Amino acid sequence: MKQEITLEKESQGLTFLKPLATLFKAKFEKDVVLKSFKKTGITLVSILLFLGLWHLGSKALYNKEATYKIEKALSEQGQEAADAERACIASGDSSCQPNTLPSPTQVWASFQSLIADHQLIKAKKEAFATKMAATNEKLIAQGKDAIIYTGRASFVDTVLTSIKTVFAGFLLALIIAVPIGIVIGLSPSLRSAFNWFIQIFKPVSPVVWYLLVFMIVKTLYIGASSDNAFVISFISVGLCAMWATLVNTAMGVASVDKDYINVAKVLKLGTFQKVFKVILPSSLPLIFTGLRITLSVAWMVLIAIELLAQSPGLGLFVWEEFQNGANDSNAKIIVAMFVIGIIGFLLDRLMLMVQQMVSFNKNEGI
Amino acid sequence: MAYLELKNVCKTYGQGENSTAVLSNINLKIEEGEFVAIVGFTGSGKTTLVNLINGLIKPTSGEVLFKGEPVVGTSHERGVIFQNYSLLPWLTVAQNVSMAVKEAFPKESKNEIKDRVANYVEMVGLSHAINKRPKELSGGMRQRVAVARALAMKPEMIIMDEPLGALDALTRGNLQDEILNIWNQDKRTALLITNDVDEGIYMADRIIPLKPGPKATLGPEFKIEIDRPRDKTELNDNPNFMKTRNEIIAYLMAIGEDRKSVSEIEYLLPDIAPKNFVDQF
Repeated sequence: MKQEITLEKESQGLTFLKPLATLFKAKFEKDVVLKSFKKTGITLVSILLFLGLWHLGSKALYNKEATYKIEKALSEQGQEAADAERACIASGDSSCQPNTLPSPTQVWASFQSLIADHQLIKAKKEAFATKMAATNEKLIAQGKDAIIYTGRASFVDTVLTSIKTVFAGFLLALIIAVPIGIVIGLSPSLRSAFNWFIQIFKPVSPVVWYLLVFMIVKTLYIGASSDNAFVISFISVGLCAMWATLVNTAMGVASVDKDYINVAKVLKLGTFQKVFKVILPSSLPLIFTGLRITLSVAWMVLIAIELLAQSPGLGLFVWEEFQNGANDSNAKIIVAMFVIGIIGFLLDRLMLMVQQMVSFNKNEGI
Repeated sequence: MAYLELKNVCKTYGQGENSTAVLSNINLKIEEGEFVAIVGFTGSGKTTLVNLINGLIKPTSGEVLFKGEPVVGTSHERGVIFQNYSLLPWLTVAQNVSMAVKEAFPKESKNEIKDRVANYVEMVGLSHAINKRPKELSGGMRQRVAVARALAMKPEMIIMDEPLGALDALTRGNLQDEILNIWNQDKRTALLITNDVDEGIYMADRIIPLKPGPKATLGPEFKIEIDRPRDKTELNDNPNFMKTRNEIIAYLMAIGEDRKSVSEIEYLLPDIAPKNFVDQF
């Protein structure tokens, strides 16, 4: 059996796509195809199994809810009402549908309706922009603010808002945590000075962070007309998620291989050179591990914080759909859940790829 | 006045009751242009001695004098080749070497630094791998890079801490010759720490055994009176080589025996027999 030798560094970021990639290669051997088919096949089977279980579960829940509704009508209003209820449910009329876990098909339908809704709102926005173009030009010429579309945000808009918030929060965490981590990693006395602070604030819940940030930002924004929901939510996300990076950076900097420090000493590198040419490169792998955790924590706490801050992102979308209680609300919540999960997964892979680009293999190195 | 002088140097790690004296009463004189080898068992404090001389650590008592001045911290005048190469894995060969060059010659222009780096990499025969990272190189190649890095700083003295310890016999022989060639070119002072007596005899003018620690001290020196350049293949037939080698090995064996007998403490074991628990319950 021939074995392909690859010298390039394998990217672990998107290994789940590898079977597909091998399939598309022009030259392939029989067993390679078989292997990749097996790998993709197993994944597909597990997805189908999941969908099947979900479908059966939601059907059972649907039936239970429907039976309950009919029995309730029977005991409260008599046989006639029960028959009417049964007919109503069977007809699929939205006024009397059992409200429970939606089935995969319902969720898919909701997803499509959300996309259609997005197209509709997008068209509206464009129409509004062309209509207001002349007026806005005048307003800007007069030095006034232009009139912008303030209608309902579409699902895609909420996703974009969420991603924007997460990246802003992530950048904030990066800007705060990495420099502080480096400084306290370098100095043992600063480390003990900061330790109580880190230990106390690390486990604080996202909700409390939100309230804390709200207290401060609200006062700072007194009198300002602009909406501060975005500012509050991204600061809360950043503060909540930065601890992993802070601790990892400090640890990475504090535990640089003693050999490298000796090299720096023998070469008589200055402090600046020592930090930027020796200590930082060697602690990059740990810093990136911290950043990866920070990004996933940020995405996780985002939903709760957006909900509280009334920032028009996925968190608020989920909460509003829940409050809304419309016929397809539950399905929309599940759509949001999948979108959140998939984006979280992609963000993690993205960070993993960046991490692999900048890090070197410590075991093989020296 | 000796070029490098150690006067009654002691080094103790830890404090109070937990302290261990690694080195005690080390006296050593090295003249300019000399090649001295220190031979000792593993764990006898060789690396501590090297770190004292290159200035990474300070002696607990006694003095380390370099050209008559006490050693305070590291200096570009003393180049060090570490036991485990200590290359920075995220830098290429050229970058590893140029880092040292830039520090040693801060006033040189970019092109001068480039030339210097290329020169030294060529000297150790790694021009073809100049843009590779350490993990792509074999052990011998890595050690060559470490040699190039130390020499590129144009040190007045080269300190080598078991530089070839981790290499296979063939690579070892090659690198020994290369280091000797380089040393020969401008007769820098060199200190070689090794655990291989043959290597010491082949390379050095004088061999000084280090008695094993704790409280390691230097033993009597052995002069190697074999003309340079020495030929490895003829060395085995050289009566002088045989004599010196046997003397040194006999000496090392003797102190090895001493060490064994010192550590032969009789442990009194308690006289115990398994109890019969079944009856008790």
